[in-house]
Amino acid sequence: MSRLSDHNVVLAKEIISRYPKQKSALIPLVHLSQEQNGYVTDDAMRHIAELVNVTPAEVLGTASFYEMFKFEPVGKYVVNVCTTLSCALLGAGELLHHAEEKLGVKAGGTTADGLITLEPAECQAACTEAPCLQVNYRHKYRVTHADFDEMIDDLRAGKLDGEVPPHGTLGTQRQHIPDDKGVGAVHPDDVTGGPAWIPAPVPEESN
Amino acid sequence: MSTTNSPGAVTHDYIPGFYIGDRPKVVTSRFEYEDSHTLERFLATDGYNGLKKCLAMSPQEMHDEVRNSTVLGRGGAGFPAGVKWGFTPQGVWPRYLVVNGDESEPGTYKDRLLMERDPHQLIEGCLIACYAAGLSQCFLYVRGEMALAQERIAVALNDAYAAGYIGKNILGTDFSVDIVLHWGAGAYVVGEETALIESLEGERGMPRLKPPFFPAAVGLYGKPTIVNNVETLANLPFVALNGSAAYTAIGTPTSPGTRMVAVSGHVKRPGVYEIINGSTTFRDIIYGDEFSQGIRDDNDLKAFVPGGGSAPWFVEDQLDIPFEGKEAGAAGSMLGSGAIMVMDSTTDIPHAAYTLTKFYAHESCGKCTPCREGGTWLMRMLERVIAGYGTDADLDQMREVGQTICPGDMPHASSKRLDLEAVPFPYKMTTICFVGPSAWAPLHSALTLFPEEFEAIVTKVPKRVSIPVTALSGADA
Repeated sequence: MSRLSDHNVVLAKEIISRYPKQKSALIPLVHLSQEQNGYVTDDAMRHIAELVNVTPAEVLGTASFYEMFKFEPVGKYVVNVCTTLSCALLGAGELLHHAEEKLGVKAGGTTADGLITLEPAECQAACTEAPCLQVNYRHKYRVTHADFDEMIDDLRAGKLDGEVPPHGTLGTQRQHIPDDKGVGAVHPDDVTGGPAWIPAPVPEESN
Repeated sequence: MSTTNSPGAVTHDYIPGFYIGDRPKVVTSRFEYEDSHTLERFLATDGYNGLKKCLAMSPQEMHDEVRNSTVLGRGGAGFPAGVKWGFTPQGVWPRYLVVNGDESEPGTYKDRLLMERDPHQLIEGCLIACYAAGLSQCFLYVRGEMALAQERIAVALNDAYAAGYIGKNILGTDFSVDIVLHWGAGAYVVGEETALIESLEGERGMPRLKPPFFPAAVGLYGKPTIVNNVETLANLPFVALNGSAAYTAIGTPTSPGTRMVAVSGHVKRPGVYEIINGSTTFRDIIYGDEFSQGIRDDNDLKAFVPGGGSAPWFVEDQLDIPFEGKEAGAAGSMLGSGAIMVMDSTTDIPHAAYTLTKFYAHESCGKCTPCREGGTWLMRMLERVIAGYGTDADLDQMREVGQTICPGDMPHASSKRLDLEAVPFPYKMTTICFVGPSAWAPLHSALTLFPEEFEAIVTKVPKRVSIPVTALSGADA
């Protein structure tokens, strides 16, 4: 039962409609399925294949390239500790080691209660705030060992539920293009001529 | 340092990662407001007025303004945006705009700030580009790991649609364009523009072979496509509103305007700063009072990365070079994505190089053999050397592998200490994109500028005890 829910099928169709070609919606739909199930299931990939008219193998082929997609269950919270240069210079190695001790798992593992997965990560675009980490892709800056312990305790106590949605939920806000406002996507082969605001012939210098 | 006393302004000058400062502002003019991401604040601070001016001009006039402003691409290559737009073939439709918000270059932190703090400015920039270059649909590709940026952009898009700034017949004109927010899913290489297009088509994010076909001619769905970086587009509302002359009045003739620069590592005040383009020197940025205020604990500077993890390193001999592309290139490196990473005298150079080589080995998409195999070999050999099991032969082997990725002279900085002359940028490469050379560039700099640190930890003959070369890689594989 891990095909997309009826509610998510409606969302999926809305997402597909924004693209000139259906397959462009593949990655957003895999995200949607991961939001629903916490990870990417085989059934969900089959369902997505039906929705965008490709084979399930093509869905897996694309999805398996990307690091955010998990094909096995992971913790409700995925904690990514950055280990690239700026963070490494300011103690990322020690922080990751501390995290392993605090959680009792090696990097890459999930705690026995299934709540937290610890991962070493590459640059998270918060280099000035080193060392940094992300919990379900929400940043924490300049993390001391004490900060880390407090964050884990808060996660376990449910104190961060409002701030950090379960793994798989990317944005808590979605784009929605109202029917009466959107231009609508057109298949590139069906486009004839230039856009309305460009005078013909196109007044461009050749260079 | 004080901020302006406008209503609603925050009372501090620091937003996580960013220091406002008293310099001319092109892209961070709203950062002083807590609510800088809202449509209300945007409209109260000249928001969408650039678009209105743009719509009063012809597309050609707007394009000329951008061309005259010489807004340089901020993604890494530094190519003028107005010229890039001109490469679209005439009479071929549709044309698309793809916004590169896949910021992942080590050290780089600017696009995320611009998306989180001022999403409407980016949207306005997208609209101006679409109008000027005849682009009929825009895809805003945001790195998957940036949850807050996605949320802020989603809300901004929804608000802008509701207010009539995006969609059909924008502001009552015949200009109509959709902007679609697209989520990435975690892959550094997707920051390369053809890989970005592949990813947007629902494929694995592997770069396309080019030349001969660049995205401006053959891009998304095989149609002309402009790929611009977030910061590049964020500059356009200023250009539209104030004109290209106001833009070129800031900065230098070859590098007009301002630039977002992130300074990280061993400095007293790491942060992102909007600097005057072209004239501000690395010494100003690293030691200046209004910037990073010097090295932590007043240690000596050992080395710094001038333009993101891909860039060859500089040392103190290069401190007085301005933040300007041609000068940095002549000195043996590049400005890339505007990221300076500073290493003080306590830094273990082989280990520092390892974190970068590991990054690029990890992020190789696997398409080109020199990158897929070479980057990984470099990483594994470096692991062995750091673990104390390396020999002289390993260092030679690294250089040989480096030669297969970047044949010929590899750019590097000059060093008075070692009596070395600079080798200017760029390098030759055997791979389609820059990921492969980027695995070698930091290690090459480390080996060239700090050979003694490697020689100190290798032996002439292999130690009898061997460990698996994967022992240090942990769960990273």
